[in-house]
Amino acid sequence: MNTLKKFLGLVWMVLGPLTMAFLFIQAIDKVGLTHTDIERTNTILQWAIILFIFLPISLGLMIFGFYAWKGEYNHLPDSSEEL
Amino acid sequence: MSETLPRNNIFKVIGASSLGTLIEWYDFYIFGSLAVIIGHQLFPEDAGASALINTLAIFAAGFIVRPFGALVFGRLGDLIGRKYTFLLTLVLMGGSTFCIGLIPSYKSIGYAAPILVLLLRLIQGLALGGEYGGAATYVAEHAPHNKRGFFTSWIQTTATLGLFLSLGIIVITKNILGAETFGNWGWRIPFLLSIVLVVVSIYIRMKMHESPLFSKLKAEGNVSKNPLKESFNNKANFKMVLLALFGATMGQGVIWYTGQFYAQSFLENTCKLDFNDSRYILLWGIAFATPFFVVFGAWSDKVGRKWIMLSGMLLGILFYRPIYQIFLDDTDYTKIEQADILSAAPAPITSVLIANSTDSLRTASTKVMLKNGASFNRVQTDTVSATKGILLGKEIIKDKVLPASVFWKFVGLIFFQILLVTMVYGPIAAFLVELFPTKIRYTSMSLPYHIGNGVFGGLVPFIATLIASFSGATPLSGLWYPIGIAALSLLIGAIYLSNKKDENIND
Repeated sequence: MNTLKKFLGLVWMVLGPLTMAFLFIQAIDKVGLTHTDIERTNTILQWAIILFIFLPISLGLMIFGFYAWKGEYNHLPDSSEEL
Repeated sequence: MSETLPRNNIFKVIGASSLGTLIEWYDFYIFGSLAVIIGHQLFPEDAGASALINTLAIFAAGFIVRPFGALVFGRLGDLIGRKYTFLLTLVLMGGSTFCIGLIPSYKSIGYAAPILVLLLRLIQGLALGGEYGGAATYVAEHAPHNKRGFFTSWIQTTATLGLFLSLGIIVITKNILGAETFGNWGWRIPFLLSIVLVVVSIYIRMKMHESPLFSKLKAEGNVSKNPLKESFNNKANFKMVLLALFGATMGQGVIWYTGQFYAQSFLENTCKLDFNDSRYILLWGIAFATPFFVVFGAWSDKVGRKWIMLSGMLLGILFYRPIYQIFLDDTDYTKIEQADILSAAPAPITSVLIANSTDSLRTASTKVMLKNGASFNRVQTDTVSATKGILLGKEIIKDKVLPASVFWKFVGLIFFQILLVTMVYGPIAAFLVELFPTKIRYTSMSLPYHIGNGVFGGLVPFIATLIASFSGATPLSGLWYPIGIAALSLLIGAIYLSNKKDENIND
């Protein structure tokens, strides 16, 4: 199980930047589709919110993957005294 | 210390904490429950679907700032105590909700209306971010270790009951005032009513004592000097924050908000159900399912928290698409046979001039009753132009009232979705409390909880509606967001989380 945890850590580390790239591509694609001269159908604000929120979370996923790769989750604390 | 607390005292603690939390959830959810009406009030009349998306964005903004509220008030809670911190959050929440009820419409003050509401919504989000962690910590720190899941599950019922209360008050107000008056100004009443509920709750909370574990820490001089630094600069603790987020609260958040909020939004906006019908279905579903928060919370004291929560996620991943396909199929009235129609009564044609134009909108509507008890409105809006003639609009079927058999079938499907909510949400307060030590508990558990629920969960209606509006998308495309997030969380949780319970949280 510890080996699986460790190697899946690589997957999470890759998934972080992939998510970032996917979100950027989607944002550029979907914002480009809208008529920017019509304020009410502009989705720039909506995509800005999504990017602002999910980019740090993607970074968090990378850090989680890094910890998993380093074996930090091989043993979880039995009590909060170990933290 | 908590072990010796008499049983009637623990129920007083639960009652006082839960009432305030329930009111905060009520305040937070009336906005979402009234999104369509508020959209009409805050944005131009011809904004159409983008008014709903923008209103959902304002609704979502309240969720997005919840983690920041968790940091600010979590820090306060670990520094000055649980009691005074969540008293402050209650005042902020009640005040901002009351003020939303007073904001003039777009017609009166233009774009200042949505901007003011956005600011108040941000305060609501910050307050809620500080509230939940405090209430859950407060109850858990009073509870005996072998009943922590059971006692904290009462706090878990408050979010759903807050939604129930908001829907109930909205439906009652609308039925008393009538649809037109409610749409004009009656929608403000549920917001204004909040101030009464908050005053009652503040009175009750003022009588509460500080958490025994926090009082002990304070007496020993062990209160954290910088809980933020201790929570997130300490690698051993930070890695648990990340694990709690990706392995539990992220999946739990999307299951929660799909089952209760997206379901309502889908029934109302995609299936075009009648305003009351969509809310009655949810009200019945919540009423039947709410006791299961306590059932699963108590069960988690015996078998552990992990597999109950992950099973809820798995069932959501497997059944969301079939359930929502049934919603679509059973509300599809486009293939009605003439023989099924009991009556069709056309309403008088109305005509409205388009602002700054000589063109007008002509609306023809027919109320159709079916033999099986269902009914709907068939509406067609054409543009009458002085230069281009008549431009025919698309016929829309809306305000659908379901026949009794389909209504109860939908109640069953919503009940099942909320049952999944009770599985993922019932045990999670105890799970989070046990993960972190007392002196940084308020800060540490609040952050993953509010990112999971506020960001991943709270954005479900907004992102799913956005995905479904892409070209080539189907009405079910939006479900890939909660399904994908729940699947990722299920995988991480199954592999990395432990099913052990930390019996000693007094550390």
